[in-house]
Amino acid sequence: MITAELQTAAYLFASVLFILSLGGLSSQESAKRGVLYGMIGMALAIAFTVLGLGEGVGMDAYSYIGGAIAIASVIGIFVARKVEMTGMPQLVAILHSFVGLAAVLVGYGSYIDHMEHMTPDKMEAVAHSIHLVEVFIGVFIGMITFIGSIIAWGKLDGKIRSKPLILPARHAINGLMILACFVLGYLFCVAETMQDGMLYLYIMTAIATYIGFMMVMAIGGADMPVVVSMLNSYSGWAAAAAGFMLGNDLLIVTGALVGSSGAILSIIMCEAMNRSFISVISGGFGDAPVASGDRVVEGEVTATTHSETAALLNEASSIVIVPGYGMAVAKAQYPIYDMVQRLQKKGKKVSFAIHPVAGRLPGHMNVLLAEANVSYDIVLEMEEVNPDLPETDVVMVIGANDIVNPGALDDKSSPIYGMPVIEAWNAKQVIVMKRSMATGYAGVQNPLFFKDNTDMLYGDAKDSVDKINSELN
Amino acid sequence: MKVCIPAEINTDELRVAATPKTVIRLIKQGFEVFVQNDAGIKANFSNADFTNSGATVLDTAKEIYSTGDIILKVLAPSSEEIEMMHKDQVILSYLWPAQNPELLEKLSSRGINAIAMDAIPRISRAQKMDVLSSMANIAGYRSVIESANYFGRFLNGQITAAGKVDPAKVLVIGAGVAGLAAIGTARSLGAIVRAFDTRMEVEEQIQSMGAQFLSVDIEEDGSTDSGYSKVMSPAFIEAEMALFKEQAKEIDIIITTAQIPGRKAPLLVLKEAVDEMKPGSVIVDLAASTGGNCELTKDGEIITTENGVIIVGKLSQLPSQASQLYGNNLCHLLDDMGKAENFAIDMDDDVVSRAMVTYNGSINWPPKPLPVSPQKKKEEVVEVVDEGPTEEEIAKKKATSTMVRLLIIGAFLLLLGQVAPADFMQHFTVFVLSVFIGWQVIWNVTHALHTPLMAVTNAISGIIVIGGLELFKNLEISMPLIILASIAILVASINIVGGFFVTHRMLKMFKK
Repeated sequence: MITAELQTAAYLFASVLFILSLGGLSSQESAKRGVLYGMIGMALAIAFTVLGLGEGVGMDAYSYIGGAIAIASVIGIFVARKVEMTGMPQLVAILHSFVGLAAVLVGYGSYIDHMEHMTPDKMEAVAHSIHLVEVFIGVFIGMITFIGSIIAWGKLDGKIRSKPLILPARHAINGLMILACFVLGYLFCVAETMQDGMLYLYIMTAIATYIGFMMVMAIGGADMPVVVSMLNSYSGWAAAAAGFMLGNDLLIVTGALVGSSGAILSIIMCEAMNRSFISVISGGFGDAPVASGDRVVEGEVTATTHSETAALLNEASSIVIVPGYGMAVAKAQYPIYDMVQRLQKKGKKVSFAIHPVAGRLPGHMNVLLAEANVSYDIVLEMEEVNPDLPETDVVMVIGANDIVNPGALDDKSSPIYGMPVIEAWNAKQVIVMKRSMATGYAGVQNPLFFKDNTDMLYGDAKDSVDKINSELN
Repeated sequence: MKVCIPAEINTDELRVAATPKTVIRLIKQGFEVFVQNDAGIKANFSNADFTNSGATVLDTAKEIYSTGDIILKVLAPSSEEIEMMHKDQVILSYLWPAQNPELLEKLSSRGINAIAMDAIPRISRAQKMDVLSSMANIAGYRSVIESANYFGRFLNGQITAAGKVDPAKVLVIGAGVAGLAAIGTARSLGAIVRAFDTRMEVEEQIQSMGAQFLSVDIEEDGSTDSGYSKVMSPAFIEAEMALFKEQAKEIDIIITTAQIPGRKAPLLVLKEAVDEMKPGSVIVDLAASTGGNCELTKDGEIITTENGVIIVGKLSQLPSQASQLYGNNLCHLLDDMGKAENFAIDMDDDVVSRAMVTYNGSINWPPKPLPVSPQKKKEEVVEVVDEGPTEEEIAKKKATSTMVRLLIIGAFLLLLGQVAPADFMQHFTVFVLSVFIGWQVIWNVTHALHTPLMAVTNAISGIIVIGGLELFKNLEISMPLIILASIAILVASINIVGGFFVTHRMLKMFKK
């Protein structure tokens, strides 16, 4: 119906819109427009692809396409409406798996399609091999993304233990597996018949399943933000690989954009935890010697009560709140917002300090606070807050642990040594809200709890904040 | 166990060794408490207050001294008082053991076990019993209030309709507990505060209280293991004097707190420095009782010099507050010694063995030195740091490695160009350039929007739907292929719709 040139033009326009869409996220104001650009770009891309399918395509093809998209839209809207903001990491992870699955299916489809219609003289040998390599790589990445994301989803959802599963000699096994994939890839390229080729493809898929599974299983809960952003990156590369095998520039551009986006997020997360990307991928905190967390912490833990905390807040003039995953679990963001409003009404300066890896997803805390209507200009980053902490009267740590651990700065034996943290202890008074004295995900004792100016307020974060609110008058 | 609190016989001493509040604590610890008639009257505590707290009031000192197993006192007992005491009685009071050897002699000859509250070592554990700190805190506060009283101007600067008022400049000499308390008080009244101390380690503490740290150009650290300062070298003292003389020209209020345990207070502010001061300036000398830091100070007197400088040599003790803190210190010590039930003198205890200056008829002074923990001398472990490559070298290395990497990449691309068809190279170009664009664009994304970023990239990566769509291009499409393609379209579309929708939902929430 339309010419290839017109289609290319539409694809180019869609690419530009996608770039603008991501660029729009540089600020809250332009972000909404950015999403609109993305939607238009996507609609254009799909419309022109469908239109470009050609004259000979029968009505039933259109009905398959229309049916699939319709069902998907219903599911997509339903899931997106229903999901709670605390469940965002799980949603993101499961959506990654869909991209991976689609990439695998497209790879298989492309191979079958290619082999069914190939006539030896029609295809140049080199182009043929390159295409096969593209298929092979596309399926490989797609499968790792698919399985890895499902495991990540299970871990985030609590369906799978978040403790790292570490097999002995796993590096050797993984190395062997990858080597096997190279051999299979060669065999796949030189395979004479489609049956042989499919066999190699199946075996490789099984191996990729294993690699994807073990890769995420070996990563501990605290490293989850890195894993999720890494899978984000993979889903992009999988799309780009599909683009190569189909010779479609739009797929390549989009895949590359998404791939580099995820890679950057992974780098940011790793820097925030002072861990190298390689070490996160090759295994969680399980790698660090466990005994090192046993450093004897001197001092006593003092517990406080809700009314004392409320009295303290009443006297304070500047308050910084450090939220962590515990806030998400307890869904305490709403009472916290209520508390912030009460405090602001009394003329107190209240701000939030967000550590880059707080929560289970990059930017997780920001989304939760935004959900509760906290205005984003009082939500600050760690680097903005740290210099002001010595002048701060009260720091309230709500459901966070490792990100306020002074051991990260001074205890060389600590597995989180070197990770930048929010220096809560510099404030005049610290209140830590926690369910118990249990250690955080890193499994290290937190000397902050033992400091003189730290008081512990035990209990569910939501309950505690509610009780404080009732006394803040 | 009976604890007895006599009235202080020295008429200048307004404090008392227990207050109604500390009596309650003592009774809680299991002691029976007896207070002499009118013992607390000068500190505003009546006999009724004490009886209400559970103490028994006894009429005479004689009764007090004969009843008690433990005597709580503020000032050292006089000879007459010691006469009234008996063997194995325990007394807690100021004793100044270094200056009063005869007193120790008398106490030990009568078999009295005396604890000098002023000899409590300065270790972390004993801070709660350290009367010197608690009293110094009061003195520091009072010194500023007193000086403000004699100083005829505001301490804080003001700009009023009637004109501008300059803030007063306060110099605090000696930044111990008293000095730091004085700095804090003066600062909170709005004055500009400078402070001097021979111990370099207190610079940070001085600055933390909001004062400027003055120093001389001679490198000598006056800190000692006891936490107090030592006597400095003549060259240092000379430089110090010159500094004070220089400062005196512009300073309005000088507060001196320098004392060296067991010795005469160092002379720091000479007459020539006082001469430099403006009329109406005030000097408060907290070391007046041990000789004074200022040459002109007269202990117990307030004098005005020829050039109109007021020198305060006596301070009100804030008796009610001071008694409360002193009483608390005593309670803490008794608590530490086992309360009433297990009261024992443990000569292996770091604190008791050092403060117990007479024990079982013998004199236990001077004690073994005990290094203070909080201000342990910084061990000067010079870490042997491998100098390592300089920045220039690193930059050079980086540049070479970048060059090497670029060469490798270039070679790889050339090789690829050799074998790959034109088609592929074109796609590859698009790919590499897109990675670069993505790289540039994403770094600009604000931190707070990382979750929406993931959701939107998720939606966009649903573009793989095109791969599924393209499969339908094929005219004789087989059934397995249709199923494959349809599922691919389905899951990718879920991604697109769900991803965009949830991003939109999230972004809607971000409000200013």
